[in-house]
Amino acid sequence: MSSTTLMAALRGAALAAVVLLAGCGGGQADKSGELQLLNVSYDPTRELYREFNEKFIAKWLADTGQQVSVQMSHGGSGSQARAVIDGLNADVVTLALAWDIDNIQSVSRRLPAQWQQRLPNNSSPYTSTIVFLVRKGNPKGIHDWPDLLVGDVQIITPNPKTSGGARWNYLAAWGFALQRALGTDLSRLSSLPADKVAAAQAEAEKFVGELYRRVPVQDTGARAATNTFVQRGIGDVLLAWENEALLAGKEMGPDAFDIVRPSISVLAEPPVALIDSVVDRKGTRAVAEAYLDYLYSPEGQDIVARNFFRPANAEVAARYAEQFPKIRMFTVDAVFGGWARAQAEHFADGGIYDRLFQAASGARAPR
Amino acid sequence: MATARGWVSPSVLPGFGLTLGFAGLFLTIIVLIPMAALIMRAGSLPLEEFWRIATEPRALASYRLTFGASFLAACVNAVFGFIIAWTLVRYDFPGRRLVDAIIDLPFALPTAVSGIALATVFTPNGWLGMHLEEIGVQVAYTWVGVVVALTLIGLPFVVRSVQPALEEVDVSLEEAAESLGASRWMVFRRVILPTVLPALATGFTLALARAVGEYGSVIFIAGNLPMRTEITPLLIVIKLEQYDYLGAAALGLVMLFVSFVMLLSINAINGWRIRRIAGRR
Amino acid sequence: MAGQQSLVRRQQNPYVRVALILVSVAFLAAILILPVLSVLGYAFSEGLEVYLNALRAPDTLAAIRLTLTTAAIVVPTNTIFGVAAAWAIAKFDFRGKQILITLIDLPFSVSPVIAGLVFVLLFGAQGWFGPWFRDQGIQIVFALPGIVLATMLVTFPYVARELIPIMQLQGREAEEAAVSLGAGGWMTFFRVTLPSIRWGLLYGVILCNARAMGEFGAVAVVSGHIRGLTTTMPLQAQVLYDEYDLVGAFAVASLLMLLALLTLVLKTVVEAFGARRRRA
Repeated sequence: MSSTTLMAALRGAALAAVVLLAGCGGGQADKSGELQLLNVSYDPTRELYREFNEKFIAKWLADTGQQVSVQMSHGGSGSQARAVIDGLNADVVTLALAWDIDNIQSVSRRLPAQWQQRLPNNSSPYTSTIVFLVRKGNPKGIHDWPDLLVGDVQIITPNPKTSGGARWNYLAAWGFALQRALGTDLSRLSSLPADKVAAAQAEAEKFVGELYRRVPVQDTGARAATNTFVQRGIGDVLLAWENEALLAGKEMGPDAFDIVRPSISVLAEPPVALIDSVVDRKGTRAVAEAYLDYLYSPEGQDIVARNFFRPANAEVAARYAEQFPKIRMFTVDAVFGGWARAQAEHFADGGIYDRLFQAASGARAPR
Repeated sequence: MATARGWVSPSVLPGFGLTLGFAGLFLTIIVLIPMAALIMRAGSLPLEEFWRIATEPRALASYRLTFGASFLAACVNAVFGFIIAWTLVRYDFPGRRLVDAIIDLPFALPTAVSGIALATVFTPNGWLGMHLEEIGVQVAYTWVGVVVALTLIGLPFVVRSVQPALEEVDVSLEEAAESLGASRWMVFRRVILPTVLPALATGFTLALARAVGEYGSVIFIAGNLPMRTEITPLLIVIKLEQYDYLGAAALGLVMLFVSFVMLLSINAINGWRIRRIAGRR
Repeated sequence: MAGQQSLVRRQQNPYVRVALILVSVAFLAAILILPVLSVLGYAFSEGLEVYLNALRAPDTLAAIRLTLTTAAIVVPTNTIFGVAAAWAIAKFDFRGKQILITLIDLPFSVSPVIAGLVFVLLFGAQGWFGPWFRDQGIQIVFALPGIVLATMLVTFPYVARELIPIMQLQGREAEEAAVSLGAGGWMTFFRVTLPSIRWGLLYGVILCNARAMGEFGAVAVVSGHIRGLTTTMPLQAQVLYDEYDLVGAFAVASLLMLLALLTLVLKTVVEAFGARRRRA
């Protein structure tokens, strides 16, 4: 065969292959009338949104006769926020903490500054908290925060620079240590003398610093950390979202792990938001708004609760009360003065976390 | 006309301007500007800051692992690659052609595939990992796994460098040495090895250069624990994920510099080899 | 007599021979053959039906399409570049030729992560051109353009490196003769040069394609890992593997491995043809 014929044949084959696969893979939006939403979410929400999206797509079809498809992206909340800032065209974001969405707003202005007031409950259709996941039988006897720093206990928690859950973990630990040092309820924080508070803060910093010395590996997101603990068998205790811990229990069976609820934890409020610039450009505002509203509906809240997230709707919450025992919780606003301050003090470049992490790395011997 | 351009020799062939222009433009856009971005970004850091980032404990640990494991893997490849090349050139056995063909597989195999495959084989539940675990050797999630992965991807470089050199060894020289009473081992050491050594050095350096930059094959089997089993390319990726662009750029520059040194070494060794051959003939 | 004897003696100590062959085969088996087999083993571990379903998953199909699209853009472009660069380098003498060759080789010696990093530094949010592109609504990072650029950088030298030595070896006489007989530039190229380099060219294209479709590190850095949108096949394999969907991950890996084996076969065939041609 001459060289030109051979070349032409190869080119033709390649073209045919592309066309073939494009054809059989079609049905992914771009076709007339089909809408596509991109939901950029944080790491542990895969199962929640898999079920939720299915129900929503069916509902939207029944209500409007339109076919909509929902694409998901999961990752550490911080990373996801930065991706959206970088230009990732999310129609909605469902992230781990309000500050990440605030960050998107202030840097890229793709949604209005008042975004959080647009939906009920400060735009949090569900809440959660931080618990401990331990091996079956709790061999290291971990019952509360102080037990984490005993002996050679290894703790799995993700990287606060990329993960939202990791930041909630950190603040929960800090809050506990603060309370212990103060000797009183955290709700009285604002009425205490400044020097007492400062001393307690120093104690808390020591506690959290010691905690990070016991972290062998930091994953980029909560789900990745769960996998490290559950699948790779690393670590004695996983600091996890309550929904992650309950899910691990369900997936791996009751004989694999125990869930330990600490004496005090943080009230985690993962918010959701519409990205206005994207939905206006794509023309998907109506669908996207309905999508977020559906999270608050009775059916949506039921799905939320079934997937181990604490629903905002009191009625639904009452129905699932057994699954969500009462834990003493504090809020970031009350103890840390809001997320903006917490982020700036602790997690920004050069903040307290950076200091603690450097110290921890230096203390850990290589190999 | 050609004479107007002092730096290029005159030629009757057309198309110089067109091809050089196009190639040059493409090279600039795809290679030079991006590389310049890296150099300038990292260069924008004050020197102390750059040094601090490049020598922080975690980075140092990653260099130790990356360069240490690459060196070890290249050595392993030098030994086994030589043996394999020798076997392929000198012996005939059933399946020789097949073995010869699959040597190139690591070249063609996507790094993610070799990574996942190696990880699966060497985990404690894997086909090989299972047996190794019994004798107390853990491969997956340790630096041993890193060496294994780097060995795999570097193998073809050594074999394919040494094979042609071995084929070129002058048989009559060997026979002459033997007829003069040299033992097989002495023949090997004094006649064959010196001839093949430059090729082996080239293969070793190529394998080393490839191993230092390797990412996909390693991250699945390595375990990626900071300060223990984290390679430098992964640390760069983590810094990017944290949006620490400057930190990533600083480490990137370190790696770029190392790559450049390796490139020059390879060229130098090649030059040595060519001069030797030219001198011999 | 002595010659034959020495020939026989040279023909190996049988123990050494067997030992070396065994060592070679064992080594290859451990680090090459077993992993390859394990990919197939895991991919089909739950049966053919599950395997095919894994391949038909929408995200996986999207990944296949993305890989093919990227290769379809990158390979022809780098081929054209390679031919142009080889023509300029092989057929002319000019100052700075060695520097040009070294620069062309640069992507070869650089870590793929660096190749991705440089484009993030150019087009990411804090990059030189990033904000400008974002304001125009054009997405480079986290989208096809970024993936194409990173892949193009990594596969840049393949065709050029194959062609340059070949064309240098062939010299310029044939082309000069053609030109002196009145042929224009393009005709000279297509009728004189191309036929004599076609096997080398094909070889380079095959290698370039294999790398373009299989590239992992560089694409991992620029793509954003969005399933169904910006995961190429290697990335999709990683995403599935990280989610412990082993059958899915290995199904994708098996396709990539098929590609690698196909590449090997084509390479061997082309080498044989090229060798035959050289001997002729």
